[in-house]
Amino acid sequence: MNLLRTMMFVPGNNPGMIQDAGIYPCDALMFDLEDSVAQASKTDARFLVQQALMHLDYPQRLVVRINDPSTDLGKKDLEAIVPCCKAIIRLPKTETADDVQQCADYIEKLEQRRGLPVGKTQMMAAIEGPEGVLNARSIAASSPRLIGIALGAEDYVTAMKTTRGAGEELFFARSMILHAARAAGIAAIDTVYSDVNNEEGFIQEVELIHQLGFDGKSIINPRQIKPVHRIYTPSEKEIEKALAVKAAIEEANRRGLGVISLNGKMVDKPVVERALRTLALAKASKALQED
Amino acid sequence: MEVKRTVVSGTLESSDIMITLEKGNGTIEIELDSTVMKQFGSSIRQVIEETLREQGIDSALVIARDRGALDCTIRARVQAAIAKAQEENAA
Repeated sequence: MNLLRTMMFVPGNNPGMIQDAGIYPCDALMFDLEDSVAQASKTDARFLVQQALMHLDYPQRLVVRINDPSTDLGKKDLEAIVPCCKAIIRLPKTETADDVQQCADYIEKLEQRRGLPVGKTQMMAAIEGPEGVLNARSIAASSPRLIGIALGAEDYVTAMKTTRGAGEELFFARSMILHAARAAGIAAIDTVYSDVNNEEGFIQEVELIHQLGFDGKSIINPRQIKPVHRIYTPSEKEIEKALAVKAAIEEANRRGLGVISLNGKMVDKPVVERALRTLALAKASKALQED
Repeated sequence: MEVKRTVVSGTLESSDIMITLEKGNGTIEIELDSTVMKQFGSSIRQVIEETLREQGIDSALVIARDRGALDCTIRARVQAAIAKAQEENAA
């Protein structure tokens, strides 16, 4: 199981942060060439991230957020990052399936031109406006390269003429993105929580998105890693229950029974699926040893 | 390629290097100021010169102010400066 509980933003023009980013235990690092980089520093950031991908080792999954790929800047980002073969390309402000397909077409041209395996470069799409939210389903299904879609809430709430609050303002967008991702069989990543000093508010938000079913959250500070991982790691009780279901499955298989029962009750298929997912999550997050 | 106009890349932040690339007089001349001059001065000069020559530049004045940058950061900053010089030449 590839975990995507935490995807940490790293500004693309900060060498100190880029070289230290590998020490943090987040699941993914997202080097940003877009909003966190001043217009005058776009070229600097592009070469810096490219060199970091080529010469530094990171234990995390790597993602690069590029500039709008329909612009000259975005195309230059793709030309620099795709040949490194190290990072998932994250599209900003995706509004339609066509946005993803056009970027995928350009990536394919680059792969062909550089003699790289065609189709190997993966993509993520950030949905940051009402148009994108309403098109979430077609965006999620737009390319086999797409491994996930993510909500970008700051632009979204601005476009919706509101501000970030307790979460009511994001309920529709989160639900749309989650359903679109699940229907397409890809990951759903929640938006950042910008008030780094409000740990209580952050934890409440992570509990909410975990309960909704998101795979993880974009984060902006290493301090946010631990609370997310704690909430996303199955509890001992959940693991024990899942192990009991697994034992019941094995017992039923051994005895050639079609029906699985536990403590005298029949175990339904969704219960089995949830138990297996809990065990996979527990193993991936090292709460349970591999078999 | 010839550097026609002065361009700058990088910053003076820790772990970074600021590269100012200017028109040269037929050779590569590097003026280096570094917080780790004693230990890494010659290595930094070598990375700068190699990166310039790889990109086909044999004549330039480079003013480099290093704040403890890794080799990959030095290369990135020199490459960015060259890209900016190319854009200036094309403009």
